[in-house]
Amino acid sequence: MKTRGKVKGIIANLVTIEVDGPVSQNEICFIDLGGTKLMAEVIKVTGSNAFVQVYESTRGLKVGDEAEFQGHMLEVTLGPGILSSNYDGLQNNLETMEGVFLKRGEYTLPLDLEKEWDFVPVAKAGDTVVAADWIGEVKEGWLPHKIMVPFSLKGEFTVKSVSPAGKYKVTDTIAVITDENGEEKKITMMQKWPVKVAITAYNDKPRPYRIMETGVRTIDTFNPIAEGGTGFIPGPFGCGKTVLQHAISKQAEADVIIVAACGERANEVVEIFTEFPELIDPRTGRKLMERTTIICNTSNMPVAAREASVYTAMTIGEYYRSMGLKVLLLADSTSRWAQALREMSNRMEELPGADAFPMDLPAIISSFYARAGIVNLVNGKTGSVTFIGTVSPAGGNLKEPVTESTKKAARCFYALSQNRADRKRYPAVDPLDSYSKYLEYPEIVEDLKKRISEDWVEKVFKGKNIALRGKEAYDQINILGDDGVPVEYHTRYWKSELLDFIILQQDAYDKIDQSSPLERQKFMYNLVIDICETDTDFDTFEECANYYKKIINTMRQMNYSEFQSADFNNYLVQLKKELGNGN
Amino acid sequence: MATKAFQKIYTKLEAITKATISLRASGVANEELATVAGRLAQVVKIKEDLVTLQVFEGTDGIATNAEVVFFGEPPALNVSDDLAGRFFNSFGQPIDNKPPVEGERRYIGGPSVNPFRRKQPSEIIPTGIAGIDLNNTLVSGQKIPFFADPDQPYNQVMAQVALKADVDKIILGGMGLTNDDYLYFKQMFENAGALNKIISFVNTTEQPPVERLLIPDMALTAAEYFAVDKNEKVLVLLTDMTLYADALSIVSNRMDQIPSKDSMPGSLYSDLAKIYEKAVQLPSGGSITIIAVTTLSGGDITHAIPDNTGYITEGQLFLRADSDTGKVIVDPFRSLSRLKQLVIGKKTREDHNHVMNAAVRLYADAANAKTKLENGFDLSDYDMRCLDYAKAYSTRLLAIDVNINTTQMLDTAWELFATYFTREELSVKEEILNRYWKKA
Repeated sequence: MKTRGKVKGIIANLVTIEVDGPVSQNEICFIDLGGTKLMAEVIKVTGSNAFVQVYESTRGLKVGDEAEFQGHMLEVTLGPGILSSNYDGLQNNLETMEGVFLKRGEYTLPLDLEKEWDFVPVAKAGDTVVAADWIGEVKEGWLPHKIMVPFSLKGEFTVKSVSPAGKYKVTDTIAVITDENGEEKKITMMQKWPVKVAITAYNDKPRPYRIMETGVRTIDTFNPIAEGGTGFIPGPFGCGKTVLQHAISKQAEADVIIVAACGERANEVVEIFTEFPELIDPRTGRKLMERTTIICNTSNMPVAAREASVYTAMTIGEYYRSMGLKVLLLADSTSRWAQALREMSNRMEELPGADAFPMDLPAIISSFYARAGIVNLVNGKTGSVTFIGTVSPAGGNLKEPVTESTKKAARCFYALSQNRADRKRYPAVDPLDSYSKYLEYPEIVEDLKKRISEDWVEKVFKGKNIALRGKEAYDQINILGDDGVPVEYHTRYWKSELLDFIILQQDAYDKIDQSSPLERQKFMYNLVIDICETDTDFDTFEECANYYKKIINTMRQMNYSEFQSADFNNYLVQLKKELGNGN
Repeated sequence: MATKAFQKIYTKLEAITKATISLRASGVANEELATVAGRLAQVVKIKEDLVTLQVFEGTDGIATNAEVVFFGEPPALNVSDDLAGRFFNSFGQPIDNKPPVEGERRYIGGPSVNPFRRKQPSEIIPTGIAGIDLNNTLVSGQKIPFFADPDQPYNQVMAQVALKADVDKIILGGMGLTNDDYLYFKQMFENAGALNKIISFVNTTEQPPVERLLIPDMALTAAEYFAVDKNEKVLVLLTDMTLYADALSIVSNRMDQIPSKDSMPGSLYSDLAKIYEKAVQLPSGGSITIIAVTTLSGGDITHAIPDNTGYITEGQLFLRADSDTGKVIVDPFRSLSRLKQLVIGKKTREDHNHVMNAAVRLYADAANAKTKLENGFDLSDYDMRCLDYAKAYSTRLLAIDVNINTTQMLDTAWELFATYFTREELSVKEEILNRYWKKA
């Protein structure tokens, strides 16, 4: 029998319910508001009072309204049909909702229960299987979607029967397995999983050992992210967090992209809805939307569901990872999620931590980031979830709790600088403050040597040094004046400008420049480093500036031209000629 | 809002603070309206039979035996075409000596548009001001605030923009407007002969601050009626959102909530987002565009109000007095329109993006040269040209008194480039240079 209760108190979306039976932490309940069911989650229990956060507006709710508890935590439904869908934070399908406005208490099914999928068995009767083993496969668009033994099952099972190839609905039984006591379990193509629990049905999680190409030069060349790695992008507003994340989502070398729009602007999600079905993935030639799933809880949607949205996205990511796929999860912005936690903590009158955030914020953030990773699956294959989150630090101050907590959890740090953004140097990733811990991993260094060239990592550090020395020279020039420093200082400064303009800056709105494959990055970066390592001799700082300005201009034209096209090669010839004038 | 027969009346208050009262009552719904001694109030907290109400006008002089009457519904506005040309207070009651508006009764602060049903904004809202049209183009369905110090003419600029913009309705939400500014708006609208397309919801400084919490929702409920039901292009002006946020902090303080940064409630981001996110481009053609004002204290944008606003809105417009030219300009460095990429070069000439970036980059070089000059260093020839360019750029394009169309703006920029710089110094895509570069 389900536990029931009655509303006793209401403050905004925090509701107190007096219950008549057992309730568990994080259990889901529905409150009946004149026939409309409002979904809510238990966040605290004292005596017979359960405190629930309601995922909807509580306008009109009264003391005495009834609630029914569901006996489970917030769950997502996993199965074919998730890819290319647009969900809200609770995995309601936004496309099948009626009307222009979101209606309170309207919940839509995440999967199409009527659609028939072409099923092909992989396992056969007599096989021994464990949770997450592949039983069969359906084509979800282009993607071979594995039907797996439910993650919740423990121990070994024997396959009793698998349905033959054919068309099935997600709710049809496609296999029967028996446990050691001979008890039968029917397997369908659909399973449920609580979002706040990590899916750990894999053998082990090694250290990330290969890089994931993003097409963004300042990331791939300067601070690469590993497949299965974690990174975060903090930055004041207007510095291009979302543009950078969208750029990554368009070009990254991943099979499945999950975008969690968490508490951000609705128009940014609309941009994805509008553009992704049209844009082509350069790697596969397919439409970008065919590999993308959107979880969207924009800033005007109920606050409590914001927290749920990042967990929903992560769980879906882990599900596809179990199929042996490379998943990239992008969350924009994790600060909004932290703020949602703060609002609730405040209403529950908990003692606050720094900036009124809850005390356990660092723990919540780090356990979330820990769910990413490359894993060896139970069948020996690998799959990965790479996670990049953005952080919106209050006042642009990187010393605030969310940024600091995230810094401890994420391995790549892409700091967006207000100064660069003001000077329209995009992406505004600060070359000096940002880092990738993966450059210190011997496995990753090996991978870069193999994938690019033997001396690559060495060159990357050279480049970082050029940026640093250029900054120092620039400061000196500013203090002492153009004439007050040796011309050599100007050369140093201009070399860093060359690096900045040609490698670090990238035009996200230019058809060609927006995506730069590794091959091209290698060519251009080698060219820049070669120029920087060539000795030059100028009489005056103006001569120096003019020399480098010309080079920068020519190389920018190269960035705008198709790689190794006639135009590109012409500019290269021109560049060689201009370089001759420096000696 | 006369008393009706079935309404419950209470006369015993349990607690009174400066902004709230509490009493024991039953059957009360969350967010329901009531009157307390004739003043409007709203339910903000219910704990068993103890109900807390926020009294909009303040609780001065309210006695423990004050009469409390519950309405059984949240704040609402009567919507119909008759709203056009009218002036209302925070509660949606007429303040123009005309009869109340008849129409469908709608609860304010209604639900959000399903993001999947939105359309990508793609229509320019031209203003004639180059600092906006050239560098920070406005798009219908956008939400953008002016970040301005209190001494800057933000209300004038906003009124100018509103009257030049090609829209069907303009809805003014005035919060803490001085009576002078209220009369200024009224007169501007009258002089422009545009009164019939303007609807105003006004809370002046003479009225209690907590009342203004209702203004944005009132204005946006009216906006949604015209945009959703009538497929009209609606422009909503909200001034001053800083005063709105101040009112939020007063209420949260009275309710003993733990303040976060700058004494603002922890929910400030969500509270502001609920308002700004009402900006929308609908598939049916209707749209709501929001232009707001957020006044800053000493230009500090790290304060919680402008900071949270910046994260919500699609850009911001900064006004600045340019001492070199004596003009008020739209600051090209700090201003940003996030949606401009959707229209520039598409709805405007193809060189728009390139011209805009080059012009701002050169203006930044001029700023560096100026720093050098101030520090007493010799200027190079390039520095001198940058400084000259900056003056011309500021006067002929950035100043808010400029009134030309976008193509004229682009031509002016090319003219300035050719006057002060060489082709290489522009560092613009060759293809564009070949087409538009004119040697002076």
